[in-house]
Amino acid sequence: MKKVGLSGNYAIAYAVKMADVDVIAAYPITPQTTIVEKLSEFVANGELDADYINVESEHSAMSACVGASMTGARVFTATSSQGLAFMHEVLFMASALRTPMVMANVNRALSAPLNIWNDHADAMAERDAGWIQLWVSSAQEAYDTTLMAFKLSEETRLPVMVNLDGYILSHTYEPVELIAEETVREYIPSKPLVNRLSPKTAFSVGVVGPPEYYFEMKYQAIDAIERSRMSISKITADFNRSFGRSYDDVYAYGMEDAEYALLTMGSMTGSARVVAEELRKEGLKAGVVSIRTFRPFPVERLIKKVDGLKGLGVMDRASTPGGPSNPLFSDIATCLYGLKDRPILQSFVSGLGGRDISLDNFRTMFKATKEAADAKAPKPCMYVGLRE
Amino acid sequence: MKCAKTPLKGWKELPEGGTITEPGSSVLFDASAWRTSMPIIDHAKCTKCGMCWIFCPEAAIKVNPDGSYEVEYMYCKGCGICEKACAVKAIKMEEEKK
Repeated sequence: MKKVGLSGNYAIAYAVKMADVDVIAAYPITPQTTIVEKLSEFVANGELDADYINVESEHSAMSACVGASMTGARVFTATSSQGLAFMHEVLFMASALRTPMVMANVNRALSAPLNIWNDHADAMAERDAGWIQLWVSSAQEAYDTTLMAFKLSEETRLPVMVNLDGYILSHTYEPVELIAEETVREYIPSKPLVNRLSPKTAFSVGVVGPPEYYFEMKYQAIDAIERSRMSISKITADFNRSFGRSYDDVYAYGMEDAEYALLTMGSMTGSARVVAEELRKEGLKAGVVSIRTFRPFPVERLIKKVDGLKGLGVMDRASTPGGPSNPLFSDIATCLYGLKDRPILQSFVSGLGGRDISLDNFRTMFKATKEAADAKAPKPCMYVGLRE
Repeated sequence: MKCAKTPLKGWKELPEGGTITEPGSSVLFDASAWRTSMPIIDHAKCTKCGMCWIFCPEAAIKVNPDGSYEVEYMYCKGCGICEKACAVKAIKMEEEKK
């Protein structure tokens, strides 16, 4: 292993190269572009033997990936925001047609107004597409998770989305420990999947599923993502053991004895932890929980982590306009509904369109969570950092 | 609409990802319930010209060894193109009675 300075995007590009992918089909979009730019360099200079398909849009990129995956190839693409939104209809096909592939989604706000900065609206809008959604909070984690994602995708025959926050992770250079390329090849050997498009077979794919068949075909994909929980646990444990990491479905800080905690996803976890550490010095038993696998949602693991809390503040970096709550909050509330002594939940929306979530904002959120819990009366969703 | 010759399979039995692994399986697909009216051939009027066979978009018209034509009702969706194509008005669409 060697340690190098890499941006989150480059860390992913190196992981993809080491995974020896066969096909990359992508369309550039900020802040994802430097991933596929780096990969095109690897292909052009002979470091990576892959077909790099230049397409005219993200809709075509995803379509090309589905087709390539059907031939049994190892496939990668990357996108952000509007690009992901443009892939929308094909994303559902990728999961239900059971085409393994890995996509890096560099999280960016959706227009309008046009905005290239970070929030989670793009991925949240694809929540129900049947993809496994993993979230990372450092460049190292982006690299490691991308490697695990290929194994996971091919084992479950489901597409996997690796989410990393635009700019905060994608363009920030961090020390990243790269695993030796031969070791990666041993970890994920090229094992061609069934070629469903071979002229030697007579398979039909992408067929019509009339009412007599759609339900069963769709349920296969629902069942597959349910069962992927086992694969995620096993692959993560194996990876941790082999490469000396300590990943878990749910990242937790201070949760052994915490009374009040914030629940986060992605890069904001770091700032939340810094503030939790400060508050602990002041005597408040603060904690942080962060979801690494948003789909499938780690229901059991999450319940275990937050059991015994007095108050839990849920931070959404996306919103569900007109909804009863926001995406992450809805999921957490659903998970905890059956518990007898569930913590008081306080909802927050913050950091939309790349607005910094300052340490002061986190202090505000911890304070509001404590107040809601102590009064046993949560307030309606608080939009933290919004000017009136 | 149902598969007449094969019982419907459950999600555990179906091939993964909606893949059809046997060629030619569409012959098992019964489209007869799509129909609201069915073509009836009057063989006394029929001149065996084959226009119905040419125009049928579903290939639901079969040629018999004696050169006469008959409708394979399992595949006929009742579009009525054969009735329009028949030069001697030997085909009539009649209301489907079930």
